[in-house]
Amino acid sequence: MSSIDLPSTPKPSLTGFVLPIVAVAGAFFGLVTGSAKDSTLLGLVIGAVVGAALAYALVGYMPNRRLGRWVAIGLFAAIGILVGGFPGAVAGAAIGAVMGWITYWLSTGAYRHNVPIYYTAPQVLWHNSYLFICGLVFFFLIAPILTIMPLSFNAENFFTFTPEMLALDPAGYSLKHYRDFFTNPNWQQAMRNSVQIAPAATFISVSLGTLAAIGLSSEHVPFRRPIMAILISPMIVPLIISAAGMYFFYSRVGLQGTYLGVVLAHAALGIPFVIITVTATLVGFDNSLTRASANMGAGPVRTFFKVQMPLILPGVISGGLFAFITSFDEIVVVLFVGSAGQKTLPWQMFTGLREQISPTILAVASILVVISIALLSTVELLRRRSERLRGMSPG
Amino acid sequence: MKIRTILLTTGAVLAAAPMAVAQDMADSMTIVSWGGAYQESQVKAYAEPYKKLHPEVEIVWDESSPEAVAKLRAQAEAGNITWDLVDVTAADAMRLCDEGLAMEVDHDEILAPAPDGTPASEDFGDMIVSDCFIPQIAYSITNAYRTDVEEWNGKEPQDICALFDTETFPGTRTLEKRPINNMEWALICDGVPYENVYDVLATEEGQDRAFAKLDTIKDQTIWWSSAAESIQYLADGEAVIGSSYNGRFFSAIVEQDQPLEMLWDTQVYDIDGWVIPDDLPEERLARVKDFLYFATDTQRLADQAKYISYGPARASSAPLVSTHAELGIEMAPHMPTNPANSKNAFVQNYTWWADYRDDLNAKFQAWLAQ
Repeated sequence: MSSIDLPSTPKPSLTGFVLPIVAVAGAFFGLVTGSAKDSTLLGLVIGAVVGAALAYALVGYMPNRRLGRWVAIGLFAAIGILVGGFPGAVAGAAIGAVMGWITYWLSTGAYRHNVPIYYTAPQVLWHNSYLFICGLVFFFLIAPILTIMPLSFNAENFFTFTPEMLALDPAGYSLKHYRDFFTNPNWQQAMRNSVQIAPAATFISVSLGTLAAIGLSSEHVPFRRPIMAILISPMIVPLIISAAGMYFFYSRVGLQGTYLGVVLAHAALGIPFVIITVTATLVGFDNSLTRASANMGAGPVRTFFKVQMPLILPGVISGGLFAFITSFDEIVVVLFVGSAGQKTLPWQMFTGLREQISPTILAVASILVVISIALLSTVELLRRRSERLRGMSPG
Repeated sequence: MKIRTILLTTGAVLAAAPMAVAQDMADSMTIVSWGGAYQESQVKAYAEPYKKLHPEVEIVWDESSPEAVAKLRAQAEAGNITWDLVDVTAADAMRLCDEGLAMEVDHDEILAPAPDGTPASEDFGDMIVSDCFIPQIAYSITNAYRTDVEEWNGKEPQDICALFDTETFPGTRTLEKRPINNMEWALICDGVPYENVYDVLATEEGQDRAFAKLDTIKDQTIWWSSAAESIQYLADGEAVIGSSYNGRFFSAIVEQDQPLEMLWDTQVYDIDGWVIPDDLPEERLARVKDFLYFATDTQRLADQAKYISYGPARASSAPLVSTHAELGIEMAPHMPTNPANSKNAFVQNYTWWADYRDDLNAKFQAWLAQ
């Protein structure tokens, strides 16, 4: 790299740089396609050759980037039709889009656009690999969740992408699993239980957790750290241990197999989340406000509800949402502490998966994913609002 | 405020609490079963008619039969039996009986006689394999294959050894993640006659021989642990041939129209039935006995066969088996006990498995991990 770089990046070498990398990308797609057709090695070689040829053709004869990319998409879609009909065409078009994009991204030097101009080649490589790894992590986290959503509209009673579904034939899709969820008494009972247990557990968690957090944040409480450690231990101790312990304890005191038992167990699991979020909000809380309030004649309870509570409310709500989701998604403890009369949605999904692999589970899972996204978005919006109110972020 | 009151009350009655909860239990009953189509058949054939007679009774179904032994142990240890009636396989019933977790019953006293007056113990006959066990159905573990496998060139599996014939019938298999049945099938396909299977399997060399046979298909086998998985693999085409319960296959083939075909050859019979947990409080025991008397009578057992293709355990129920409740087809040809299906059936030796189960289970898991 020369000491005086011009703002326009130099064109990278075609044979020494662009061709090999596009060939590797092509080999990867070839490998995937090949293994689907039981000829892994052949797929690898053909993929590499096709990739290199594409890069050579596009860079050499297609200076117009947009046109070149459409040509790549069309070409691969055509190959896809030959190999695998309509689904093949879709997959081919996707591969073509990626290949075309990679070719131009490399050959025009666009891969350096987002890095400082003084970066050396290894640094640029690392920067792009880093983005690539992040993309992969994101993909592997999200892909399983996205896969279940189309499957939940399956017209069959199995977890199968039927040929009709892949051909986007409306006959391959159906809402019957959603209908089953809303009409089947087993699922409805589980839904009712979840909707009753989770808010009750959340209420207890929020009340006790907020009080604990306020107490633990005042300086004259002795042994604050050990008490804190004990209170958040349900979050750290493996669930199965808490669950087995609760099972034997609750059995002796007659709470096993009762709603109250499940609610208390879930409350214990939710309290740590409330303590942590509320403690975090209290860090920014100005204690002179409570003193001012006391000075003006308000008692501690009035001070709490009129002065402190409104200011720490975002922390309380987000803690409460975490406690709610904990109870709503929890399976291990409820399997031990509950009995069939208290079965919650996760319980029903668990036994359903084991005994009867029905896509109704996928329909429920899709609904729960949507609910979870809504709840977590609320948490995030509240967090931003609280930061904005306290002037911690310009947003 | 309300919750605080409840908490205080609970604290105050710590010692007496189990009694307090158990007091009004006689009007509700927790029945443990296997879920799925099987439990559905029990609900329709036993529970719904019973509720018509006794509308005050609330029946809660718990789908925990797969871990019934472990959970009953934990309940006995915690001194808190929450189940009233448990559906288990014959082998599990024997274990529960040996451990004293299930109640011993006098079959003639608590079960209805046949309509012609034959006492229950004779009507059930050999199906009563344990003093705690109240038989319900005979089912079989058998195989099925996909009918649309191109690589088979139109050939169809005729006998159990198609499982091991990867030349003629290439493709992925799916078998249960347990030695039971798989070991027998392996030996039979290695040339051991039916009557010698358990003698051979009792020896170290015999077990190695079975594992060696299973080795030939190990890398092409997906191992299932719940019967629903196996049907899922076959329906999805991930596997082309494999084992499951005959009722599950019936549901997939006849009710769900999947491209599968039964392979009845060398099906292995098993029995499923009820046990009553030991030491139930009196009011609950009375309710369970009342339900059981009703649910295991000749007509009820025959009714269950309208919903699932399992054979009723009473001899007197067999002539009453009629047609499928929704599809209206004759159920008899789909029963494992139908003469055409049962001509090559293999009779499992429970007592042999009771002795060798733990040892072979350990060996099988070690073999799987190799």
